[in-house]
Amino acid sequence: MINQRMVRQILLYSLLIIGVIVTIGPLYWTIVGATNPSGETLRIPPNFVPGTHLIDNLQNLLASVDIWQSLINSIIITVIYTLLAGFISTAAGFAFAKYTFKGKEAIFLMFLISMMVPYQALVIPQFELFANLGLLDTYSAIILPQLAYPFAIFLMRQNMQSIPDSLIEAARIDGASEFYIFIKIGLPTMVPAIAAVSIFLFTHQWNNFLWPLIALISEEKYTLPVALATIAGQRSIDYGQLMLGAVISILPIFLMFLFLQRYFISGIIGGAVKE
Amino acid sequence: MSIPSSVQYNEDPSPPQPKMNAKKKRSFITVKRAPYLFLLPAIVLFIIFTVYPIIYSFLLSFQTNAEAGRVFVGLDNYIRLFQDRLFYESLANTFIILIFQLPIMLGLAVVLATILNAGFIKLKGFFRVSFFAPAVTSLVAASIIFLLLLNRDYGIVNYLLSMIGMDAIGWLSDPFWAKVSLILVTTWRWTGYNMVIILAGLQNIPSNLYEAASIDGANKIRQFFSITIPQLKPVILFAAIVSTIGTLQLFDEPYTLTNGGPINATTTITMYLYRNGFEYFDFGYGSAIAYVIVILIALLSFIQFKWAGVTK
Repeated sequence: MINQRMVRQILLYSLLIIGVIVTIGPLYWTIVGATNPSGETLRIPPNFVPGTHLIDNLQNLLASVDIWQSLINSIIITVIYTLLAGFISTAAGFAFAKYTFKGKEAIFLMFLISMMVPYQALVIPQFELFANLGLLDTYSAIILPQLAYPFAIFLMRQNMQSIPDSLIEAARIDGASEFYIFIKIGLPTMVPAIAAVSIFLFTHQWNNFLWPLIALISEEKYTLPVALATIAGQRSIDYGQLMLGAVISILPIFLMFLFLQRYFISGIIGGAVKE
Repeated sequence: MSIPSSVQYNEDPSPPQPKMNAKKKRSFITVKRAPYLFLLPAIVLFIIFTVYPIIYSFLLSFQTNAEAGRVFVGLDNYIRLFQDRLFYESLANTFIILIFQLPIMLGLAVVLATILNAGFIKLKGFFRVSFFAPAVTSLVAASIIFLLLLNRDYGIVNYLLSMIGMDAIGWLSDPFWAKVSLILVTTWRWTGYNMVIILAGLQNIPSNLYEAASIDGANKIRQFFSITIPQLKPVILFAAIVSTIGTLQLFDEPYTLTNGGPINATTTITMYLYRNGFEYFDFGYGSAIAYVIVILIALLSFIQFKWAGVTK
């Protein structure tokens, strides 16, 4: 009996460890590649030891694309987007969760249905729209289109339903304005949910590729994914610099994930399990 | 102190007069106006950047480029679409990837989540973080990593295969294996994401169901199929719909990994849309493709809902 249990445990742990090797292994190997010369990355047998070639790879990378500029672009776009979209979806979620008003169901349904519409279906008209506005190749072109993000609004609504009505009523009786109630009661009680939704929005924008690929034309406006895809598409690829580019695009969000994983995870779970 | 419900407030638009600071004038933001004001930014942005493009795209799908600008051509784009061999091929590629990738990924996610949910497993947090990690990497970066791992002559994957005596596989140069490569990348990227969703679903299953089953003498395997899976149905359905929508929109990976090749074997429907729209600048035709994707997603979501027996 004890033996059988031990065998089962060993089996399950081996499965989990293989899983870790498969998921984390490639990420670790990317870091190894970023610190080794190009020839070392693709070598038989493979190399798993970090090298000392990081600075050279960085110089090569900077020679083919201004990766620091792309990093700055990604940071500016993602931070502004997250702040604005976070606030907009919180306000909208509050309205849906805590008020009864004419057209509520219809408006909410409109947001829900639009979640089914693939983003690609909007790309062509948005390209013309931004061309007509003269906003192509600007930060605004990347920030504006998805500011009202239905999934984020949906998540905020789900979470804000748990704010006790009695709290809001009591504030009203005390003469608080609706705006004051939103800022002083809605926001503080919802900090974990807002954090989860913000991280969801941040990840979404940080990794956004198709639209920036279309809307950003000059190289000094490229975000990290667009810059990376450009290097990957070059005829003769230097693997060291490519791996370093991948590391630079993954590292910021990965560190954020390590510190804020609870919010990352509750952000995705919120849509699936909460009823 | 009685607590009136918000419904009552709707009937009585004027909020109770403030007692403590009666001198303060009633603000412009009344209970009745407030929700609209809170929704205003979302609705305005949504109309400009989502509703308008949806309608505009629909109109575009009936137009084509002519010398004097765009002209309406009725259903020509759609007729052309149904005779376009490459369109069918891209549709087939997308569905082949979907049909194999979705069950593999969800199956793996359920298995991993079940193991992690078992009481005796230690280091749960570590495993959960490790499995979820790929889900925060950008799809472009993930594709680049696999571009190197799957290199035919020097990639690690072929090296490992050679150690067990297998021949090198042209992961990115063979039409069949290129599809397999796409399935590998997407499974690597998304399994942990779905595992986390399913894990949350598992934790919501009342434990007394299992206790009752144990008393009735059902073993773990039996419990898994007659309690866990049925209880998880709504969560799996959610994951399946989200993943289906994602796969039908597959673009970043084939663009970076294979650029749709070899011989169009990995040209997905979204890549085909991109090509027509932004390489040939045929916006009308691209919009027709977009609408086919919209209809497919609506249809598939509907079928999955029906199949799962969820009424609403």
